[in-house]
Amino acid sequence: MSLSYLLEQTLNGVTLGGLYALLALGYTLVYGILLMINFAHSELFMLGGYVGLGVLKLLSDPATVKATGLGFLEPIQAFFMSGTVGFVALLVATFGISAIVVGILGMVIERFAYRPLRHAPRLAPLISAIGVSIFLQNAVLLWIDSKQLPYTRADGSAFVTAQTAFTIGTVHVSTMQVFIVVTSLVLLALLDTFVSKTRIGRAMRATSQDGEAAGLMGVNINSVIALAFFIGPALGAVAGVFNGMYYGSVKFNMGFVPGIKSFTAAVIGGIGNLRGAMLGGFLLGIIESLASGFVSNAYRDVIAFVVLILVLIFRPGGLLGEAVAEKV
Amino acid sequence: MSNTVLSVENVHTFYGQIEALKGISLYVDSGEIVTLIGANGAGKSTTLNTISGLLSPKAGSIKLFDEVISGLPVHKVTAKGVVQVPEGRRIFPRMTVEENLNMGAFLRNKDAAGIKESMGRVFDLFPRLKERRTQKGGTLSGGEQQMLAMGRGIMAKPKLLMLDEPSMGLAPVVVETIFETIEKLNQEGTTILLVEQNAAMALSVAHRGYVLEVGSIALEGLGTELLHNEQVRKTYLGES
Ligand SMILES: Nc1ncnc2c1ncn2[C@@H]1O[C@H](COP(=O)(O)OP(=O)(O)OP(=O)(O)O)[C@@H](O)[C@H]1O
Ligand SMILES: [Mg+2]
Repeated sequence: MSLSYLLEQTLNGVTLGGLYALLALGYTLVYGILLMINFAHSELFMLGGYVGLGVLKLLSDPATVKATGLGFLEPIQAFFMSGTVGFVALLVATFGISAIVVGILGMVIERFAYRPLRHAPRLAPLISAIGVSIFLQNAVLLWIDSKQLPYTRADGSAFVTAQTAFTIGTVHVSTMQVFIVVTSLVLLALLDTFVSKTRIGRAMRATSQDGEAAGLMGVNINSVIALAFFIGPALGAVAGVFNGMYYGSVKFNMGFVPGIKSFTAAVIGGIGNLRGAMLGGFLLGIIESLASGFVSNAYRDVIAFVVLILVLIFRPGGLLGEAVAEKV
Repeated sequence: MSNTVLSVENVHTFYGQIEALKGISLYVDSGEIVTLIGANGAGKSTTLNTISGLLSPKAGSIKLFDEVISGLPVHKVTAKGVVQVPEGRRIFPRMTVEENLNMGAFLRNKDAAGIKESMGRVFDLFPRLKERRTQKGGTLSGGEQQMLAMGRGIMAKPKLLMLDEPSMGLAPVVVETIFETIEKLNQEGTTILLVEQNAAMALSVAHRGYVLEVGSIALEGLGTELLHNEQVRKTYLGES
Protein backbone atom coordinates (compact mmCIF):
# COMPACT_ATOMS: atom_id res chain seq x y z
CA MET A 1 0.00 0.00 0.00
CA SER A 2 1.90 2.96 -1.26
CA LEU A 3 1.40 6.66 -0.90
CA SER A 4 0.72 7.04 -4.59
CA TYR A 5 -2.06 4.46 -4.33
CA LEU A 6 -3.57 6.46 -1.50
CA LEU A 7 -3.37 9.63 -3.58
CA GLU A 8 -4.88 7.92 -6.59
CA GLN A 9 -7.78 6.62 -4.57
CA THR A 10 -8.27 10.06 -3.09
CA LEU A 11 -8.30 11.59 -6.56
CA ASN A 12 -10.88 9.03 -7.67
CA GLY A 13 -12.86 10.04 -4.62
CA VAL A 14 -12.64 13.72 -5.39
CA THR A 15 -13.84 13.01 -8.92
CA LEU A 16 -16.78 11.00 -7.69
CA GLY A 17 -17.33 13.67 -5.04
CA GLY A 18 -17.60 16.35 -7.70
CA LEU A 19 -20.43 14.39 -9.32
CA TYR A 20 -22.15 13.84 -5.97
CA ALA A 21 -21.78 17.49 -5.06
CA LEU A 22 -23.34 18.67 -8.34
CA LEU A 23 -26.21 16.28 -7.86
CA ALA A 24 -26.63 16.90 -4.13
CA LEU A 25 -27.15 20.62 -4.76
CA GLY A 26 -30.37 19.88 -6.61
CA TYR A 27 -31.80 18.01 -3.63
CA THR A 28 -30.72 20.62 -1.16
CA LEU A 29 -31.91 23.64 -3.17
CA VAL A 30 -35.42 22.24 -3.46
CA TYR A 31 -35.53 20.99 0.10
CA GLY A 32 -34.29 24.33 1.40
CA ILE A 33 -37.19 26.16 -0.21
CA LEU A 34 -40.07 23.69 -0.25
CA LEU A 35 -39.09 21.17 2.46
CA MET A 36 -39.66 18.55 -0.18
CA ILE A 37 -37.46 15.77 -1.49
CA ASN A 38 -37.50 15.82 -5.27
CA PHE A 39 -37.35 12.09 -5.97
CA ALA A 40 -37.37 12.83 -9.69
CA HIS A 41 -33.99 14.56 -9.44
CA SER A 42 -32.04 11.37 -10.10
CA GLU A 43 -34.02 10.93 -13.32
CA LEU A 44 -33.13 14.44 -14.42
CA PHE A 45 -29.49 13.47 -13.90
CA MET A 46 -30.11 10.41 -16.08
CA LEU A 47 -31.82 12.49 -18.78
CA GLY A 48 -28.88 14.89 -18.68
CA GLY A 49 -26.69 11.96 -19.70
CA TYR A 50 -29.02 11.06 -22.58
CA VAL A 51 -29.42 14.61 -23.86
CA GLY A 52 -25.63 15.00 -23.74
CA LEU A 53 -25.19 11.82 -25.74
CA GLY A 54 -27.75 13.01 -28.28
CA VAL A 55 -25.99 16.33 -28.71
CA LEU A 56 -22.61 14.64 -29.07
CA LYS A 57 -23.97 12.31 -31.75
CA LEU A 58 -25.58 15.11 -33.69
CA LEU A 59 -22.54 17.33 -33.52
CA SER A 60 -19.68 14.91 -33.91
CA ASP A 61 -20.73 11.47 -35.09
CA PRO A 62 -20.74 11.13 -38.91
CA ALA A 63 -22.84 7.96 -38.60
CA THR A 64 -25.68 10.09 -37.26
CA VAL A 65 -25.78 12.08 -40.48
CA LYS A 66 -26.14 8.86 -42.41
CA ALA A 67 -28.72 7.38 -40.10
CA THR A 68 -30.91 10.47 -39.92
CA GLY A 69 -30.31 11.86 -43.38
CA LEU A 70 -29.81 15.31 -41.86
CA GLY A 71 -27.29 16.48 -44.44
CA PHE A 72 -27.07 20.00 -43.02
CA LEU A 73 -25.23 18.54 -40.02
CA GLU A 74 -22.19 17.72 -42.12
CA PRO A 75 -20.56 21.17 -42.15
CA ILE A 76 -21.53 21.63 -38.49
CA GLN A 77 -19.82 18.39 -37.60
CA ALA A 78 -16.79 19.39 -39.63
CA PHE A 79 -16.45 22.45 -37.38
CA PHE A 80 -16.93 20.59 -34.11
CA MET A 81 -14.56 17.80 -35.11
CA SER A 82 -11.63 19.97 -36.11
CA GLY A 83 -8.92 21.17 -33.80
CA THR A 84 -8.96 22.47 -30.27
CA VAL A 85 -11.51 25.22 -30.91
CA GLY A 86 -13.97 22.71 -32.31
CA PHE A 87 -13.39 20.37 -29.40
CA VAL A 88 -13.91 23.03 -26.75
CA ALA A 89 -17.01 24.26 -28.60
CA LEU A 90 -18.28 20.68 -28.65
CA LEU A 91 -17.90 20.37 -24.89
CA VAL A 92 -19.54 23.71 -24.23
CA ALA A 93 -22.44 22.86 -26.53
CA THR A 94 -22.91 19.42 -25.01
CA PHE A 95 -22.92 20.54 -21.40
CA GLY A 96 -24.77 23.76 -22.14
CA ILE A 97 -27.59 22.23 -24.16
CA SER A 98 -28.02 19.34 -21.76
CA ALA A 99 -28.14 21.71 -18.78
CA ILE A 100 -30.65 24.04 -20.42
CA VAL A 101 -32.94 21.30 -21.72
CA VAL A 102 -33.00 19.46 -18.41
CA GLY A 103 -33.28 22.72 -16.46
CA ILE A 104 -36.38 23.64 -18.45
CA LEU A 105 -37.77 20.16 -17.91
CA GLY A 106 -37.21 20.64 -14.17
CA MET A 107 -39.27 23.84 -14.29
CA VAL A 108 -42.03 22.12 -16.24
CA ILE A 109 -42.16 19.30 -13.70
CA GLU A 110 -42.41 21.78 -10.84
CA ARG A 111 -45.14 23.74 -12.59
CA PHE A 112 -47.36 20.79 -13.36
CA ALA A 113 -46.52 18.07 -10.85
CA TYR A 114 -45.60 19.98 -7.68
CA ARG A 115 -47.06 23.47 -7.72
CA PRO A 116 -50.69 22.34 -7.74
CA LEU A 117 -49.88 20.40 -4.55
CA ARG A 118 -48.09 23.24 -2.77
CA HIS A 119 -50.78 23.56 -0.13
CA ALA A 120 -51.63 19.89 0.06
CA PRO A 121 -50.34 17.70 2.91
CA ARG A 122 -46.57 17.22 2.74
CA LEU A 123 -46.81 13.64 1.57
CA ALA A 124 -48.68 14.58 -1.62
CA PRO A 125 -45.82 16.24 -3.53
CA LEU A 126 -43.48 13.42 -2.46
CA ILE A 127 -45.79 10.88 -4.00
CA SER A 128 -46.09 13.04 -7.08
CA ALA A 129 -42.28 13.17 -7.30
CA ILE A 130 -42.06 9.39 -7.13
CA GLY A 131 -44.63 9.27 -9.91
CA VAL A 132 -42.60 11.64 -12.07
CA SER A 133 -39.51 9.54 -11.41
CA ILE A 134 -41.20 6.32 -12.50
CA PHE A 135 -42.68 8.06 -15.52
CA LEU A 136 -39.33 9.42 -16.71
CA GLN A 137 -37.52 6.10 -16.28
CA ASN A 138 -40.18 4.27 -18.20
CA ALA A 139 -40.34 6.90 -20.90
CA VAL A 140 -36.64 6.37 -21.58
CA LEU A 141 -37.02 2.60 -21.29
CA LEU A 142 -39.84 2.53 -23.86
CA TRP A 143 -38.95 5.27 -26.26
CA ILE A 144 -35.17 5.15 -26.29
CA ASP A 145 -33.72 1.87 -25.13
CA SER A 146 -33.87 -0.61 -22.32
CA LYS A 147 -30.19 -1.50 -22.70
CA GLN A 148 -27.27 0.66 -21.85
CA LEU A 149 -26.05 2.92 -24.62
CA PRO A 150 -22.31 3.40 -25.06
CA TYR A 151 -21.11 6.98 -24.74
CA THR A 152 -19.24 6.69 -28.03
CA ARG A 153 -19.62 7.26 -31.74
CA ALA A 154 -21.13 4.46 -33.82
CA ASP A 155 -17.63 3.25 -34.66
CA GLY A 156 -16.83 2.89 -30.99
CA SER A 157 -14.52 5.88 -30.65
CA ALA A 158 -14.97 8.04 -27.57
CA PHE A 159 -16.13 11.64 -28.01
CA VAL A 160 -13.81 12.70 -25.27
CA THR A 161 -10.92 10.40 -24.63
CA ALA A 162 -11.45 9.86 -20.98
CA GLN A 163 -8.39 7.97 -19.99
CA THR A 164 -5.55 10.00 -21.45
CA ALA A 165 -3.38 9.37 -18.46
CA PHE A 166 -0.42 11.29 -17.25
CA THR A 167 1.54 10.98 -14.08
CA ILE A 168 2.47 13.47 -11.45
CA GLY A 169 5.35 11.85 -9.62
CA THR A 170 4.10 8.31 -9.37
CA VAL A 171 0.40 9.19 -9.28
CA HIS A 172 -1.68 8.33 -12.33
CA VAL A 173 -4.15 11.01 -13.27
CA SER A 174 -6.57 11.09 -16.17
CA THR A 175 -7.55 14.24 -18.03
CA MET A 176 -11.18 13.32 -17.51
CA GLN A 177 -10.70 13.42 -13.74
CA VAL A 178 -9.07 16.81 -13.89
CA PHE A 179 -11.83 18.03 -16.15
CA ILE A 180 -14.58 16.79 -13.83
CA VAL A 181 -12.98 18.12 -10.67
CA VAL A 182 -12.18 21.54 -12.13
CA THR A 183 -15.56 21.99 -13.80
CA SER A 184 -17.52 21.00 -10.73
CA LEU A 185 -15.44 23.28 -8.50
CA VAL A 186 -16.00 26.19 -10.90
CA LEU A 187 -19.75 25.56 -11.04
CA LEU A 188 -19.98 25.25 -7.27
CA ALA A 189 -18.06 28.49 -6.81
CA LEU A 190 -20.33 30.25 -9.30
CA LEU A 191 -23.46 29.04 -7.54
CA ASP A 192 -22.09 30.02 -4.16
CA THR A 193 -21.30 33.51 -5.40
CA PHE A 194 -24.67 33.83 -7.09
CA VAL A 195 -26.54 32.89 -3.95
CA SER A 196 -24.55 35.03 -1.55
CA LYS A 197 -23.75 38.10 -3.64
CA THR A 198 -26.56 38.78 -6.10
CA ARG A 199 -29.97 40.25 -5.48
CA ILE A 200 -31.81 37.25 -6.89
CA GLY A 201 -29.54 34.93 -4.93
CA ARG A 202 -30.42 36.78 -1.74
CA ALA A 203 -34.08 36.43 -2.62
CA MET A 204 -33.54 32.68 -2.89
CA ARG A 205 -31.92 32.53 0.52
CA ALA A 206 -34.67 34.67 2.01
CA THR A 207 -37.30 32.41 0.49
CA SER A 208 -35.68 29.32 1.96
CA GLN A 209 -35.49 30.93 5.42
CA ASP A 210 -39.05 32.24 5.44
CA GLY A 211 -41.08 32.13 2.26
CA GLU A 212 -44.01 34.20 3.48
CA ALA A 213 -41.74 36.91 4.82
CA ALA A 214 -39.87 36.95 1.50
CA GLY A 215 -43.21 37.45 -0.23
CA LEU A 216 -43.87 40.40 2.04
CA MET A 217 -40.57 41.89 0.88
CA GLY A 218 -41.87 41.75 -2.69
CA VAL A 219 -40.13 38.54 -3.76
CA ASN A 220 -42.15 36.54 -6.27
CA ILE A 221 -41.94 33.15 -4.60
CA ASN A 222 -43.09 31.25 -7.66
CA SER A 223 -40.24 32.67 -9.73
CA VAL A 224 -37.71 31.80 -7.05
CA ILE A 225 -39.01 28.24 -6.87
CA ALA A 226 -38.95 27.97 -10.66
CA LEU A 227 -35.36 29.21 -10.65
CA ALA A 228 -34.37 26.60 -8.07
CA PHE A 229 -35.99 23.98 -10.28
CA PHE A 230 -33.92 25.21 -13.19
CA ILE A 231 -30.55 25.46 -11.45
CA GLY A 232 -30.74 22.13 -9.60
CA PRO A 233 -31.63 19.98 -12.60
CA ALA A 234 -29.19 21.91 -14.83
CA LEU A 235 -26.33 21.03 -12.46
CA GLY A 236 -27.68 17.49 -12.25
CA ALA A 237 -27.56 17.28 -16.05
CA VAL A 238 -23.93 18.34 -16.08
CA ALA A 239 -23.24 15.54 -13.61
CA GLY A 240 -25.17 13.17 -15.89
CA VAL A 241 -23.02 14.03 -18.90
CA PHE A 242 -19.86 13.62 -16.81
CA ASN A 243 -21.13 10.32 -15.58
CA GLY A 244 -21.68 9.13 -19.15
CA MET A 245 -18.24 10.25 -20.27
CA TYR A 246 -16.47 8.90 -17.20
CA TYR A 247 -18.12 5.49 -17.02
CA GLY A 248 -18.68 5.21 -20.76
CA SER A 249 -22.41 4.54 -20.98
CA VAL A 250 -25.92 5.63 -20.02
CA LYS A 251 -28.90 3.55 -19.00
CA PHE A 252 -32.48 4.33 -18.04
CA ASN A 253 -31.94 3.38 -14.39
CA MET A 254 -28.50 4.93 -13.99
CA GLY A 255 -29.85 7.67 -11.70
CA PHE A 256 -30.92 5.47 -8.84
CA VAL A 257 -27.67 4.80 -7.00
CA PRO A 258 -26.00 8.19 -7.54
CA GLY A 259 -29.32 9.77 -6.59
CA ILE A 260 -29.44 8.02 -3.25
CA LYS A 261 -25.77 8.70 -2.61
CA SER A 262 -26.12 12.38 -3.42
CA PHE A 263 -29.19 12.70 -1.27
CA THR A 264 -27.13 11.10 1.49
CA ALA A 265 -24.38 13.62 0.81
CA ALA A 266 -26.89 16.46 1.12
CA VAL A 267 -28.08 15.08 4.46
CA ILE A 268 -24.52 14.62 5.72
CA GLY A 269 -23.74 18.23 4.88
CA GLY A 270 -27.01 19.49 6.36
CA ILE A 271 -29.98 19.38 4.02
CA GLY A 272 -31.01 22.80 2.81
CA ASN A 273 -27.47 24.11 3.15
CA LEU A 274 -25.67 24.63 -0.18
CA ARG A 275 -22.11 24.52 1.11
CA GLY A 276 -23.12 21.52 3.17
CA ALA A 277 -24.18 19.68 0.01
CA MET A 278 -20.86 20.47 -1.61
CA LEU A 279 -18.90 19.35 1.43
CA GLY A 280 -21.04 16.24 1.87
CA GLY A 281 -20.61 15.33 -1.79
CA PHE A 282 -16.83 15.46 -1.73
CA LEU A 283 -16.63 13.79 1.65
CA LEU A 284 -18.81 10.91 0.59
CA GLY A 285 -16.93 10.47 -2.68
CA ILE A 286 -13.57 10.36 -0.93
CA ILE A 287 -14.75 8.02 1.83
CA GLU A 288 -16.27 5.67 -0.70
CA SER A 289 -13.15 5.54 -2.82
CA LEU A 290 -10.86 4.99 0.13
CA ALA A 291 -13.20 2.31 1.46
CA SER A 292 -13.22 0.47 -1.84
CA GLY A 293 -9.48 0.89 -2.27
CA PHE A 294 -8.37 -0.12 1.19
CA VAL A 295 -11.16 -2.23 2.61
CA SER A 296 -13.14 -3.84 -0.14
CA ASN A 297 -15.23 -2.66 -3.02
CA ALA A 298 -18.11 -4.66 -1.59
CA TYR A 299 -18.10 -2.54 1.55
CA ARG A 300 -18.07 0.91 -0.04
CA ASP A 301 -21.80 1.49 0.32
CA VAL A 302 -21.91 0.04 3.80
CA ILE A 303 -19.16 2.39 4.90
CA ALA A 304 -20.82 5.35 3.18
CA PHE A 305 -24.03 4.78 5.08
CA VAL A 306 -22.23 4.12 8.35
CA VAL A 307 -20.75 7.59 7.92
CA LEU A 308 -24.25 8.95 7.37
CA ILE A 309 -25.50 7.32 10.55
CA LEU A 310 -22.54 8.55 12.58
CA VAL A 311 -23.00 12.09 11.34
CA LEU A 312 -26.69 11.98 12.16
CA ILE A 313 -26.00 10.65 15.66
CA PHE A 314 -23.47 13.31 16.52
CA ARG A 315 -24.82 16.18 14.43
CA PRO A 316 -28.48 15.53 13.68
CA GLY A 317 -28.72 18.63 11.50
CA GLY A 318 -25.78 17.55 9.35
CA LEU A 319 -22.25 18.93 9.35
CA LEU A 320 -23.16 22.49 8.36
CA GLY A 321 -26.85 22.32 9.18
CA GLU A 322 -28.65 24.38 11.73
CA ALA A 323 -28.67 22.94 15.21
CA VAL A 324 -32.18 24.16 15.87
CA ALA A 325 -35.28 23.72 13.77
CA GLU A 326 -36.38 27.01 12.31
CA LYS A 327 -39.78 26.18 11.02
CA VAL A 328 -42.25 26.44 13.83
CA MET B 1 -56.33 61.42 -5.62
CA SER B 2 -58.48 60.94 -2.57
CA ASN B 3 -57.22 61.33 0.93
CA THR B 4 -58.03 57.72 1.76
CA VAL B 5 -55.00 55.45 1.47
CA LEU B 6 -56.69 52.16 2.24
CA SER B 7 -60.31 51.15 2.14
CA VAL B 8 -61.52 47.72 3.06
CA GLU B 9 -65.15 47.03 2.19
CA ASN B 10 -67.18 44.16 3.49
CA VAL B 11 -64.34 41.65 3.35
CA HIS B 12 -64.96 37.97 4.09
CA THR B 13 -62.00 35.64 4.53
CA PHE B 14 -62.14 31.89 5.11
CA TYR B 15 -59.76 29.21 6.33
CA GLY B 16 -61.38 26.25 4.66
CA GLN B 17 -64.88 26.19 6.10
CA ILE B 18 -64.10 28.59 8.93
CA GLU B 19 -65.16 32.15 8.26
CA ALA B 20 -62.49 34.18 10.07
CA LEU B 21 -63.58 37.58 8.74
CA LYS B 22 -67.32 38.10 8.51
CA GLY B 23 -67.64 41.24 6.46
CA ILE B 24 -65.13 43.77 7.69
CA SER B 25 -65.02 47.39 6.58
CA LEU B 26 -62.43 49.94 7.59
CA TYR B 27 -60.39 52.74 6.10
CA VAL B 28 -57.13 54.53 6.75
CA ASP B 29 -56.62 58.14 5.69
CA SER B 30 -53.33 59.60 4.64
CA GLY B 31 -51.17 60.56 7.61
CA GLU B 32 -53.20 58.62 10.14
CA ILE B 33 -52.33 55.98 12.69
CA VAL B 34 -55.28 53.63 12.82
CA THR B 35 -55.30 50.78 15.28
CA LEU B 36 -57.11 47.49 15.22
CA ILE B 37 -57.53 45.91 18.64
CA GLY B 38 -59.24 42.75 19.78
CA ALA B 39 -58.84 39.57 21.77
CA ASN B 40 -56.80 36.55 20.71
CA GLY B 41 -58.32 34.95 17.68
CA ALA B 42 -60.52 37.95 16.83
CA GLY B 43 -59.09 38.05 13.31
CA LYS B 44 -56.60 40.91 13.50
CA SER B 45 -53.76 39.08 11.77
CA THR B 46 -56.20 37.62 9.30
CA THR B 47 -57.25 41.16 8.40
CA LEU B 48 -53.68 42.28 7.77
CA ASN B 49 -52.83 39.10 5.88
CA THR B 50 -55.87 39.62 3.68
CA ILE B 51 -54.87 43.21 2.94
CA SER B 52 -51.28 42.23 2.13
CA GLY B 53 -52.32 39.42 -0.18
CA LEU B 54 -51.03 36.51 1.92
CA LEU B 55 -54.69 35.50 2.04
CA SER B 56 -57.30 36.30 -0.52
CA PRO B 57 -60.80 37.34 0.47
CA LYS B 58 -63.79 35.35 -0.66
CA ALA B 59 -65.91 38.47 -0.96
CA GLY B 60 -65.52 42.20 -0.60
CA SER B 61 -62.96 44.61 -1.94
CA ILE B 62 -59.73 46.21 -0.79
CA LYS B 63 -58.53 49.41 -2.39
CA LEU B 64 -55.26 51.27 -2.18
CA PHE B 65 -56.16 54.85 -3.09
CA ASP B 66 -58.56 54.14 -5.96
CA GLU B 67 -57.03 50.92 -7.15
CA VAL B 68 -58.43 47.51 -6.26
CA ILE B 69 -55.68 45.35 -4.77
CA SER B 70 -57.71 42.44 -3.40
CA GLY B 71 -56.86 39.24 -5.22
CA LEU B 72 -53.33 40.34 -6.10
CA PRO B 73 -50.52 38.06 -4.92
CA VAL B 74 -48.50 39.27 -1.96
CA HIS B 75 -45.44 40.46 -3.88
CA LYS B 76 -47.60 42.64 -6.12
CA VAL B 77 -49.36 44.21 -3.15
CA THR B 78 -45.96 44.97 -1.64
CA ALA B 79 -44.89 46.51 -4.93
CA LYS B 80 -47.87 48.87 -4.70
CA GLY B 81 -46.54 50.17 -1.39
CA VAL B 82 -48.50 48.20 1.21
CA VAL B 83 -45.87 46.83 3.56
CA GLN B 84 -46.62 44.44 6.40
CA VAL B 85 -44.39 43.82 9.40
CA PRO B 86 -45.73 40.42 10.33
CA GLU B 87 -46.65 39.01 13.71
CA GLY B 88 -43.71 37.27 15.36
CA ARG B 89 -41.17 39.45 13.49
CA ARG B 90 -40.28 36.83 10.88
CA ILE B 91 -36.82 38.20 10.21
CA PHE B 92 -34.44 36.08 8.13
CA PRO B 93 -32.47 34.26 10.83
CA ARG B 94 -29.40 33.34 8.78
CA MET B 95 -28.97 36.74 7.19
CA THR B 96 -27.12 39.59 8.81
CA VAL B 97 -28.91 42.69 10.04
CA GLU B 98 -27.72 44.53 6.97
CA GLU B 99 -28.87 41.80 4.60
CA ASN B 100 -32.25 41.74 6.29
CA LEU B 101 -32.60 45.46 5.78
CA ASN B 102 -31.56 45.10 2.16
CA MET B 103 -34.28 42.49 1.70
CA GLY B 104 -36.73 45.15 2.89
CA ALA B 105 -35.59 47.29 -0.02
CA PHE B 106 -35.79 44.36 -2.44
CA LEU B 107 -38.01 46.20 -4.91
CA ARG B 108 -35.98 49.40 -4.87
CA ASN B 109 -33.13 47.76 -6.74
CA LYS B 110 -32.50 50.73 -9.05
CA ASP B 111 -32.19 53.18 -6.19
CA ALA B 112 -28.87 52.47 -4.47
CA ALA B 113 -28.55 56.00 -3.11
CA GLY B 114 -32.09 55.93 -1.73
CA ILE B 115 -31.48 52.57 -0.07
CA LYS B 116 -28.39 53.91 1.63
CA GLU B 117 -30.32 56.90 2.86
CA SER B 118 -33.12 54.71 4.21
CA MET B 119 -30.62 52.50 5.96
CA GLY B 120 -29.13 55.56 7.60
CA ARG B 121 -32.59 56.52 8.77
CA VAL B 122 -33.22 53.06 10.23
CA PHE B 123 -29.89 53.22 12.05
CA ASP B 124 -30.83 56.66 13.42
CA LEU B 125 -34.11 55.30 14.72
CA PHE B 126 -32.51 52.13 16.11
CA PRO B 127 -28.82 52.71 16.94
CA ARG B 128 -28.76 49.18 18.37
CA LEU B 129 -29.13 47.78 14.87
CA LYS B 130 -26.19 49.78 13.63
CA GLU B 131 -23.96 48.22 16.28
CA ARG B 132 -25.15 44.79 15.20
CA ARG B 133 -25.20 45.26 11.46
CA THR B 134 -23.01 42.23 10.74
CA GLN B 135 -24.67 39.96 13.27
CA LYS B 136 -27.05 37.22 12.08
CA GLY B 137 -30.72 38.04 12.59
CA GLY B 138 -31.37 34.81 14.45
CA THR B 139 -28.91 35.74 17.19
CA LEU B 140 -30.57 39.05 18.06
CA SER B 141 -32.70 39.49 21.18
CA GLY B 142 -36.46 39.66 20.81
CA GLY B 143 -36.49 43.43 21.08
CA GLU B 144 -33.73 43.81 18.54
CA GLN B 145 -35.53 41.46 16.19
CA GLN B 146 -38.64 43.62 16.43
CA MET B 147 -36.55 46.69 15.64
CA LEU B 148 -35.09 44.83 12.68
CA ALA B 149 -38.53 43.79 11.47
CA MET B 150 -39.72 47.38 11.63
CA GLY B 151 -36.53 48.63 10.03
CA ARG B 152 -37.04 46.18 7.20
CA GLY B 153 -40.53 47.58 6.71
CA ILE B 154 -39.21 51.15 6.65
CA MET B 155 -36.64 50.17 4.01
CA ALA B 156 -39.50 49.49 1.60
CA LYS B 157 -40.66 53.14 1.71
CA PRO B 158 -44.25 52.12 2.35
CA LYS B 159 -47.33 54.12 1.39
CA LEU B 160 -49.04 52.19 4.14
CA LEU B 161 -47.14 50.45 6.92
CA MET B 162 -49.00 47.65 8.67
CA LEU B 163 -47.61 46.49 12.01
CA ASP B 164 -48.87 43.27 13.58
CA GLU B 165 -48.39 43.31 17.37
CA PRO B 166 -45.01 45.03 17.46
CA SER B 167 -45.02 45.02 21.27
CA MET B 168 -45.62 41.30 21.64
CA GLY B 169 -43.41 39.70 24.27
CA LEU B 170 -41.21 42.74 24.82
CA ALA B 171 -40.05 44.39 28.03
CA PRO B 172 -41.79 47.69 28.91
CA VAL B 173 -38.74 49.80 28.05
CA VAL B 174 -38.53 48.28 24.59
CA VAL B 175 -42.28 48.67 24.09
CA GLU B 176 -41.76 52.33 24.91
CA THR B 177 -39.09 52.63 22.20
CA ILE B 178 -41.24 50.85 19.65
CA PHE B 179 -44.22 53.14 20.26
CA GLU B 180 -42.06 56.24 20.19
CA THR B 181 -40.75 55.10 16.84
CA ILE B 182 -44.26 54.52 15.54
CA GLU B 183 -45.19 58.09 16.45
CA LYS B 184 -41.99 59.47 14.98
CA LEU B 185 -42.52 57.62 11.70
CA ASN B 186 -46.06 58.93 11.56
CA GLN B 187 -44.96 62.51 12.21
CA GLU B 188 -42.54 62.14 9.32
CA GLY B 189 -45.51 61.28 7.12
CA THR B 190 -45.93 57.49 7.20
CA THR B 191 -49.50 56.22 7.25
CA ILE B 192 -49.84 53.34 9.71
CA LEU B 193 -52.28 50.54 10.42
CA LEU B 194 -51.40 49.11 13.81
CA VAL B 195 -52.63 45.81 15.23
CA GLU B 196 -52.16 45.49 18.97
CA GLN B 197 -53.05 43.50 22.05
CA ASN B 198 -51.72 46.33 24.14
CA ALA B 199 -54.89 48.38 23.69
CA ALA B 200 -53.95 51.16 26.09
CA MET B 201 -50.71 51.95 24.31
CA ALA B 202 -52.22 51.53 20.86
CA LEU B 203 -55.20 53.77 21.52
CA SER B 204 -53.04 56.45 23.07
CA VAL B 205 -50.94 56.84 19.89
CA ALA B 206 -53.71 56.21 17.34
CA HIS B 207 -55.91 58.80 15.70
CA ARG B 208 -58.70 56.29 15.24
CA GLY B 209 -59.34 52.72 16.19
CA TYR B 210 -61.47 49.69 15.47
CA VAL B 211 -62.40 46.94 17.90
CA LEU B 212 -62.61 43.52 16.32
CA GLU B 213 -64.65 40.74 17.87
CA VAL B 214 -64.75 37.25 16.35
CA GLY B 215 -64.44 38.40 12.79
CA SER B 216 -66.60 41.53 12.90
CA ILE B 217 -65.99 45.16 13.76
CA ALA B 218 -67.74 45.75 17.10
CA LEU B 219 -66.80 49.35 17.70
CA GLU B 220 -65.01 52.16 16.00
CA GLY B 221 -64.08 55.70 16.92
CA LEU B 222 -61.36 58.17 17.71
CA GLY B 223 -58.48 56.82 19.76
CA THR B 224 -59.38 58.91 22.78
CA GLU B 225 -63.07 57.99 22.50
CA LEU B 226 -62.32 54.29 22.55
CA LEU B 227 -59.83 54.76 25.34
CA HIS B 228 -62.66 56.12 27.46
CA ASN B 229 -65.34 53.76 26.23
CA GLU B 230 -66.64 51.72 29.13
CA GLN B 231 -66.89 48.47 27.21
CA VAL B 232 -63.36 48.82 25.86
CA ARG B 233 -62.05 49.61 29.32
CA LYS B 234 -63.67 46.50 30.72
CA THR B 235 -62.75 44.08 28.01
CA TYR B 236 -59.38 45.26 26.77
CA LEU B 237 -57.88 47.43 29.45
CA GLY B 238 -58.50 44.99 32.26
CA GLU B 239 -60.69 47.24 34.37
CA SER B 240 -63.59 45.92 36.31
N1 LIG C 1 -54.04 29.01 9.16
C1 LIG C 1 -55.22 28.93 9.81
N2 LIG C 1 -56.06 27.89 9.61
C2 LIG C 1 -57.25 27.82 10.22
N3 LIG C 1 -57.71 28.74 11.06
C3 LIG C 1 -56.94 29.81 11.31
C4 LIG C 1 -55.65 29.95 10.69
N4 LIG C 1 -55.12 31.11 11.13
C5 LIG C 1 -56.02 31.66 11.96
N5 LIG C 1 -57.12 30.88 12.08
C6 LIG C 1 -58.29 31.16 12.89
O1 LIG C 1 -58.84 32.41 12.49
C7 LIG C 1 -59.22 33.16 13.62
C8 LIG C 1 -58.53 34.51 13.61
O2 LIG C 1 -57.14 34.33 13.79
P1 LIG C 1 -56.09 35.53 13.76
O3 LIG C 1 -54.74 34.95 13.73
O4 LIG C 1 -56.46 36.47 12.70
O5 LIG C 1 -56.37 36.20 15.19
P2 LIG C 1 -55.66 37.42 15.87
O6 LIG C 1 -56.72 38.41 16.15
O7 LIG C 1 -54.51 37.88 15.08
O8 LIG C 1 -55.19 36.76 17.23
P3 LIG C 1 -53.83 36.99 18.08
O9 LIG C 1 -54.05 38.20 18.91
O10 LIG C 1 -53.77 35.77 18.95
O11 LIG C 1 -52.70 37.11 17.14
C9 LIG C 1 -58.89 32.31 14.84
O12 LIG C 1 -60.07 31.67 15.24
C10 LIG C 1 -57.90 31.32 14.34
O13 LIG C 1 -58.01 30.10 15.02
MG1 LIG D 1 -52.51 37.85 15.36
